[in-house]
Amino acid sequence: MPKDHGIGASQKRREDVRFLTGTGQYTDDINVYGQTYCHFLRSDVAHGRITSIDTAAAEAMPGVVRIFTGKDFEGVGGLPCGWLITDRFGEPMKEPGHPVLAQGKVRHVGDPICAVVADSLEEARNAAEAIVVEIEELPAVVDMKAALAEGAPLVHDDMGTNLCYDWGFVEDNRAAVDEAIRNAHHVTTLELVNNRLVANPMEPRVAVAEYNRANDESTLYTTSQNPHVIRLLMGAFVLGIPEHKLRVVAPDVGGGFGTKIFHYAEEAFVTFAARKINRPVKWTSTRSEAFMSDAHGRDHVTKIELALDKDNNFVAVRTDTLANMGAYLSTFSSSIPTWLHGTLMAGNYRTPHIYVNVRAVFTNTVPVDAYRGAGRPEATFQLERVIDKAARELGVDPIALRRQNFITEFPYATPVAVEYDTGDYVATMDKLEEMIDRAGFAARRKESEAKGKLRGLGINCYIEACGIAPSNLVGQLGARAGLYDAATVRVNATGSISVMVGAHSHGQGHETSFPQVVAEMLGIDESMIDIVHGDSSKIPFGMGTYGSRSLAVCGSAMVRATEKIINKAKKIAGHLLEAADTDIELKDGRFTVAGTDKSVAWGDVTLAAYVPHNYPLEEIEPGLEETAFYDPSNFTYPSGAYACEVELDPETGRVTVERFAAADDFGNVVNPMIVEGQVHGGIAQGIGQALLESCVYDSDGQLLSASYMDYAMPRATDVPFYAVDHSCATPCTHNPLGVKGCGEAGAIGSPPAVVNAVIDALASGGHKVDHIDMPVSPHRVWSAMQG
Amino acid sequence: MTKVTMTVNGKTVAKEVRGNTLMTEFLRDELRLTGTHVGCDTSQCGACTIHVNGLNVKACTIFAAECDGAEVGTIEGQANADGSLNVIQQAFQDHHGLQCGFCTPGMVMAAASLLKDNPKPSEAEIRHYLEGNICRCTGYHNIVKAIMAASGQDVSVIAAE
Repeated sequence: MPKDHGIGASQKRREDVRFLTGTGQYTDDINVYGQTYCHFLRSDVAHGRITSIDTAAAEAMPGVVRIFTGKDFEGVGGLPCGWLITDRFGEPMKEPGHPVLAQGKVRHVGDPICAVVADSLEEARNAAEAIVVEIEELPAVVDMKAALAEGAPLVHDDMGTNLCYDWGFVEDNRAAVDEAIRNAHHVTTLELVNNRLVANPMEPRVAVAEYNRANDESTLYTTSQNPHVIRLLMGAFVLGIPEHKLRVVAPDVGGGFGTKIFHYAEEAFVTFAARKINRPVKWTSTRSEAFMSDAHGRDHVTKIELALDKDNNFVAVRTDTLANMGAYLSTFSSSIPTWLHGTLMAGNYRTPHIYVNVRAVFTNTVPVDAYRGAGRPEATFQLERVIDKAARELGVDPIALRRQNFITEFPYATPVAVEYDTGDYVATMDKLEEMIDRAGFAARRKESEAKGKLRGLGINCYIEACGIAPSNLVGQLGARAGLYDAATVRVNATGSISVMVGAHSHGQGHETSFPQVVAEMLGIDESMIDIVHGDSSKIPFGMGTYGSRSLAVCGSAMVRATEKIINKAKKIAGHLLEAADTDIELKDGRFTVAGTDKSVAWGDVTLAAYVPHNYPLEEIEPGLEETAFYDPSNFTYPSGAYACEVELDPETGRVTVERFAAADDFGNVVNPMIVEGQVHGGIAQGIGQALLESCVYDSDGQLLSASYMDYAMPRATDVPFYAVDHSCATPCTHNPLGVKGCGEAGAIGSPPAVVNAVIDALASGGHKVDHIDMPVSPHRVWSAMQG
Repeated sequence: MTKVTMTVNGKTVAKEVRGNTLMTEFLRDELRLTGTHVGCDTSQCGACTIHVNGLNVKACTIFAAECDGAEVGTIEGQANADGSLNVIQQAFQDHHGLQCGFCTPGMVMAAASLLKDNPKPSEAEIRHYLEGNICRCTGYHNIVKAIMAASGQDVSVIAAE
């Protein structure tokens, strides 16, 4: 029987009740007495010099409280980048300033120039139309190769180049890799694009700020995955507000997928403006605004070479990537194509020689940063596509080629600087083959062909580094933050518990899954435990939720804090039972003297802690509240094998996903229902990337895909039911729960499976097509079929 | 300003509205019914789906003044009289048909409309009906499953929950 409570139970989510009845509280649902509304006037050109801004007419418009321009931010800090990359020559990356409102130049469509604060949103918008901004338009750079060409227009004149960095990894391996490729029996080369995406959480970003002049405190309500990070970045680097005067609250947040990690100009602006005008300021993004102001994702152009020996063993991988940074460095942008991408280029395979070169490029486009998977989908896509191409060139089975090269012994130190603690790639591939009924594929293909369609099967593996991240390691790599997390377990007098966690739930179900862990440890009912998150004034500290880290890092802090609670509670119980605390056992919510029937209940001990009449006050303090910070000693390494079956209409080039299967190794799982839901969502985003989604700029830097009319989000008709499995579990060896993280896997593992399936379908129809770039649209497929 | 009178979730409300006030603004700002969400500005996402005189309507595409005299239903009025989740809401919870919850009110309202017209929809019919409702979290798997379950169909054969 499956468990019905504690770790491993598919408990229904308690947060669902408020979401299903319309009583969730998202940031836009928050209104503060006396609030004003903010509208940003944004650049409608990609690149230009601001020659004049005339706000006089607008200032006289009804309801206008104040209009801000870049001038108001002279002497105020800019938006910081959280990760310093050192290039392959030992030089620091180019790090241009990123003002809250444009100063001197605009650098992408959507760059904010002015902000109108008015009594109503309509008045703010109307007034913005009366502002006269003169811009001397400059040629824009959109294409990365063009941006690096001699004489290209400069996004940042003071940088002297559009090259942010030229990163080599591992630079010392380069000569050996070059030699291995020169001497290889076979080299498969593939050039590909990892298409630019927009994360598109369904809730657009919102920020509401208020200022209390009585105590000089600012409060910011914002749609964030990590309110403490925003407090630190905005307080310390932008506005100069110390932490104890700044409260950041991220209430119910309607999805994030990475794009709500970053510190954005709009939230800094409303906090700044609320102090200036001494009234609350609210900004709600429209979807169109989101497309031109939320950080985008992916956008890599790569050449990858895979070298094999005569027995088809992988001997070397060499990659050359251009990574688009957009116009400014967003919070974690610089780390995505480097440390979150290069370190994964070994994949699931024993490849002794690997070299990754990444050149990051400034262009006149929206900044690019982490989006679900962040660097790891880009690594996986290259590797799994080139392996498939190699299998086709060599005439070998793509699954057999992968199996032959699997890493099978753990721990395994890769040539790209990480050490996989556990994994069983053979097991997940075995499971996948069982799930997909590979033997029945030929019959399914025949059925498709009978309808005039082609059918293809694509498979691939993935590995990711999650549980981000060991602070001392990332510090050496250039991170400007620690990546630990924290939790406080507050046991109340009557035995109920509030757990304050630094992780933030914006769809992941922490309010349900985290209590399952504490309940299991204490043997009490989950209903006695509540999770508090998303408010810097209520929780000790936290680095937030991204990189599939919540349970692996913050959950570990929660376990450590709960262990401290148990230790103290045993001392109290020992006192009440007149026994040594070392003889006390905690089981099913009762403390028992080992080997006796003497016991006290959980509630007796918690009450004693707060009403310490009979209590060892000389030895321990009253109260029962503990905090733990947890810094992981390594990343976690979820892995798996994915399969996709597509049907392709040769008349139109239209591809439909008919079947999709995922066999994942997430280590231990706390709530299987939630884990499977995470995989479903990731797969849909991966299918979206592979077949539908694309963020498109024209050559002038105009954003052509700036609404749901133009950016093709996956809809219910675009995806099938998914078969998912996580039974092949090799627990993580270095965190107390043995968990690895599951949030990004689906988005990492699915795009290559879809594209591999399309290529397979085309091959079955006699079309020798090596590759089609994503999104694999009907037009691209049809064009490829015409040669 | 125009005076409008309508029934919202069974209660009569009368308010002065401007001609350009959208139903999303009327519900969220005037009535403080913030369960109706705004996820786009092109009537694509469906997070604002409500019922107007029994029809499935995107509240961002209709003016409050147009709803004068109408019977309006929103997510806040969907639960049973005793406050417990209705059959569709309960199926969404049972089958994990929501994650961040932002698209959920629209999904539940759309599902209610579908089941009123088609009490036992097939998987394909459900997917087709949800064309105007975008979810970014669930990959639709558990939403489709929840709606099938809410209509009394056996969903145990559908791949893992």
